[in-house]
Amino acid sequence: MTGQAAITGIGQTEFTKASGRTVLSQCVEASTKAIRDAGLEPADIDGIITYTFDTNDEIAVQRSLRIPELRWTSRTPFGGELSYATFQLAAAAVASGAANHVLIYRAFNERSEARFGQPNANAQAADLEQREFYRGFGLNTPAQVYGLWYRPYLDRYGVTSADLGAYVVQARDYAATNPLAWFHNRPLTLEEHQASRWIVEPVLRKLDCCMETDGGIAFIVSFLSHARASTRPVVRILAAEQLWLHGSEVMYNYYQPDLTAQASTERLAANLWRASGLSPAEIDVMTIYENFSPIVPMSLEAYGFCKPGEGRELINSGGIGRGGVIPVNTNGGLLGEAYIHGLNNVTEAVRQLRGSAANQVAGARTALVTGRHCAMLLARE
Amino acid sequence: MPAKRDQDFFWEAVDRSELTAQQCSDCEKRRHPPAPACPHCGSQHFTISRLSGSGTIHSWIISCHPTLPDPNPKTVILVDLAEGLRFISNLIDAENIRIGAPVTVEFGEVNGRRLPLFRTVKNP
Ligand SMILES: [Zn+2]
Repeated sequence: MTGQAAITGIGQTEFTKASGRTVLSQCVEASTKAIRDAGLEPADIDGIITYTFDTNDEIAVQRSLRIPELRWTSRTPFGGELSYATFQLAAAAVASGAANHVLIYRAFNERSEARFGQPNANAQAADLEQREFYRGFGLNTPAQVYGLWYRPYLDRYGVTSADLGAYVVQARDYAATNPLAWFHNRPLTLEEHQASRWIVEPVLRKLDCCMETDGGIAFIVSFLSHARASTRPVVRILAAEQLWLHGSEVMYNYYQPDLTAQASTERLAANLWRASGLSPAEIDVMTIYENFSPIVPMSLEAYGFCKPGEGRELINSGGIGRGGVIPVNTNGGLLGEAYIHGLNNVTEAVRQLRGSAANQVAGARTALVTGRHCAMLLARE
Repeated sequence: MPAKRDQDFFWEAVDRSELTAQQCSDCEKRRHPPAPACPHCGSQHFTISRLSGSGTIHSWIISCHPTLPDPNPKTVILVDLAEGLRFISNLIDAENIRIGAPVTVEFGEVNGRRLPLFRTVKNP
């Protein structure tokens, strides 16, 4: 089913801390730009997909965009955990003929309205089952929930706060030269990272946490033969996968015997490499859904760029930086550019493959976009 | 009458100062968090089993308000219970926090709600 779809359009709003406007208006702006970027008209769009956490009603979006006939809609469960699975479903929709051009969008006022980082404000996640086993005990924000999960890994491999800081400094180095980034022109030193206050002691400092952002992002996924009619470089979806092993939990993933292992992500990676026929050595640029810094070394290991426990060394030695063996989050990532629930790391992958990124990896032809439970491989034709 | 939830038994037992878990009637394995079917064998038949309340600290973090002054930070612990289950709770004697420390359950009131909390034990 994969290999028959391409990302043909990208669009986004400005990234702000207080947009002062509705979420829907930002969704419509980003979507309009994505359709135009793909060289399409609203009448060409016949499918829509977003996250279940998104608040923009598909039919309201259809109305403002003037999409005459919507033939296919879907949503992926939760928020960031399956953010990139939207591309897996959109690719399947166009490959099956269920739709020709699918619009993917995500927009929110995550900083100025419902902040994920504040206790009890994450109303969209309140329907997760059995939060009473966590909230009353002080696991109220994603930083707290994930911080407890990261700790056994950090302890086992001796990953220090300064090791995590090395990633953050790298992300801010990329962001500093990315005009779209919130932290444009604002690089960071390791000393500044180490001086930032604890959000979750002894795991996450403030600067280890992704930022909170208002804004919207949209994409167009098209059937491959339609994409080839475009004047832009074709960014093909070689493979897109999601994976949950039995025993995993959404966010509160505390019940597997060995919490330092990443069984779901490792299986997901194996499936992705098999489906695409590629290997880590053939990847030119990578993005990681780094809602928090510890997931960066963990992902480098789970996706096979180094052995378990060696992610910190790969980061400290400059391996993910400019000219490194695997440049990661070259836009500054979710810590340096913006946090649009992971999707700004996809726009960066597309820009890299089009050759239009601010921190361009010379001649990039393959991009790996990763989360813990979803990922995709993109390639320039 | 509202529909009964899969986890109601747990909080009813907490009100009696008992820590409990579902136990499968077929394969006899216990499970937490509560679920309508056994994750090991799929059986939907179960009884409620009282747990010893003994365990050890697997990992921990400090939870405080992310942006406001917080005079009462919580020590959040992930407990390996003696029965092989994992449980999230708080350590009452936070000054004794240590990974691997033996702990035992102690019930207390937090923000008007009765919760199963834990305290370290000197001679387990
Ligand atoms: Zn059973």
